[in-house]
Amino acid sequence: MVAGESGLGKSTLVNSLFLTDLYKDRKLLNAEERINQTVEITKHTVDIEEKGVKLKLTIVDTPGFGDAVNNNECWRPITDYIDQQFEQYFRDESGLNRKNILDNRVHCCLYFIPPFGHGLRPVDVEFMKALHEKVNIIPLISKADCLTPTEVKKLKDRVRDEIERFGIKVYQFPECDSDEEEEFKQMDKELKECTPFAVIGSNTVVEARGQRVRGRLYPWGIVEVENQSHCDFVKLRNMLIRSHMHDLKDVTCDVHYENYRAHCIQEMTSKLAQDNRTDSPLPILPLPTPDVETEKLIKMKDEELKRMQEMLEKMQQQMHEKDQ
Amino acid sequence: MADSVISEIPPTMCLEKPSIDFSYVGIDAILEQMRRKAMKQGFELNIMVVGQSGLGKSTLMNTLFKSKVSRKSFMGTAEEKIPKTIEIKSVSHDIEEKGVRMKLTVIDTPGFGDQINNENCWQPIMKFINDQYEQYLQEEINIDRKKRIPDSRVHCCIYFIPPTGHCLRPLDVEFMRRLSKVVNIVPVIAKADTLTLEERDFFKKKIREELRANGIDVYPQKEFDEDAEDRMINEKIREMIPFAVVGSDQEYQVNGRRLLGRKTKWGTIEVENIAHCEFAYLRDLLIRTHMQNIKDITSSIHYEMYRVCRLNENNTQANGLADHHPASHEI
Repeated sequence: MVAGESGLGKSTLVNSLFLTDLYKDRKLLNAEERINQTVEITKHTVDIEEKGVKLKLTIVDTPGFGDAVNNNECWRPITDYIDQQFEQYFRDESGLNRKNILDNRVHCCLYFIPPFGHGLRPVDVEFMKALHEKVNIIPLISKADCLTPTEVKKLKDRVRDEIERFGIKVYQFPECDSDEEEEFKQMDKELKECTPFAVIGSNTVVEARGQRVRGRLYPWGIVEVENQSHCDFVKLRNMLIRSHMHDLKDVTCDVHYENYRAHCIQEMTSKLAQDNRTDSPLPILPLPTPDVETEKLIKMKDEELKRMQEMLEKMQQQMHEKDQ
Repeated sequence: MADSVISEIPPTMCLEKPSIDFSYVGIDAILEQMRRKAMKQGFELNIMVVGQSGLGKSTLMNTLFKSKVSRKSFMGTAEEKIPKTIEIKSVSHDIEEKGVRMKLTVIDTPGFGDQINNENCWQPIMKFINDQYEQYLQEEINIDRKKRIPDSRVHCCIYFIPPTGHCLRPLDVEFMRRLSKVVNIVPVIAKADTLTLEERDFFKKKIREELRANGIDVYPQKEFDEDAEDRMINEKIREMIPFAVVGSDQEYQVNGRRLLGRKTKWGTIEVENIAHCEFAYLRDLLIRTHMQNIKDITSSIHYEMYRVCRLNENNTQANGLADHHPASHEI
């Protein structure tokens, strides 16, 4: 998922990362049309294959985020979407036929911080706090070509401080095992010190130092996207795709999804306890579903709930430990 | 004064071209008199800068006037906290160059557009501008008024547009629509070093289209062009707005010269180089060519409009009230 105000280079970065052109026919709205727009959720799916390995990549975009004059709760549609995906997976998992579950859960959210401010803005803080318990957040400093190296460092330090100060839990790189190679540990350490990554995206190829590279051409010089001394794009790509993709999925499964699941079950059992007293029908899950399906679902859940109630105590204890 | 001018013409000239002597009255010497008076009195200029935090407003002010005139030079850059409500902070400096003195006031608006809910964030700013007009009005309609009324009216408002490269945001449109009616607005694209030249042209075209579509008249306004010459000059400017600017108060060595600029790993951006950014055009507009025009439009058009509004209000309220009411004195 990519989130951030419009004009921060999200689409360009996505295209650069995956060397595709996902946004060919995009229509950009002008200011008038955007005044009354609410945040939308759009999905683009692409199948990438490289050396025999297939990847089904889904990019979830959030046009309209942070653009309006009044941005109160502009993250609500996004949190609802993430919850819906968890919901869907929960139902599929609890269902009888589990062979072909589609995993639509959001594994990672790239949040674009504008480089123009002096750190995090109120809307950035609120967004990350609303989402840090539901998805892996990776903050990025976008359009980093308008910052000098000292400014980049200052901004990164500021952002890191503020993330700590506000208690935002962004995605943490896992610690290296002690038996890993020194080189790997060194790379890992560098990676951690570099967050949040300052990135620049580009879809155009320019000529620099006799080579054709992807970059941006300015009258005063050429910014190369893949040059490590210019920006952290290479580090981001390596991290996202080459080294930590699996870890992102694991954390989503083990932590965020389990949190959601436990929360859901708790709610359901407490409602069940209430209903046993008042004798009203079981609550319908928040997704809009036709009644016939709900009936079947309710019967299934009825049986499973009895099993889950026993497991619930175990889950609660696990969660308690995780919080600590 | 006329005598001294005639005496400057060498005597030999008088003999060869007597027509100069006889028909020359010396009216153009008034320019010299005005110049002397202006040098004695000095000028006032009040500029307001509006935009989200971090867009380089203070740096641009410092670059424009080549000295530390922004509020940050007073406060120091210790903590850049975003205030919860919009504040209006005014800092004045006396600048002098070649004997000409200017009292420059930079009015900053920290907190604009930084909150989550930015509705009505233009209200404190409009109120401030109207308060300045009110202050001037009260001084003007005093019975015993000062010879030179201190002019705190906002002459020009520089609005900083973030370089998204797409188009104006709803907040920008709303703000400029309301304020172009009370003050001269000069929109600029801030931190323009993040846009390539094609992106910059595209962005500017989009902005101009949107301004036209929304009926927003920024400085130089079409309706205030006085004659064909003005119109020609102003048309050229109108084709270039909004100016894409980059500010810097640090000097670097480029090709053996010391220049203001920003140094990055891929090159150094020279602020005063028109191939890099349009800072020089903005400076020329604001200071070298159109400063007097900006002040004139503020006092003769925006202020007069305010005055007419206010006095009409007073008249409708003061039907039958006693003489002490200010409106009655104006007639």
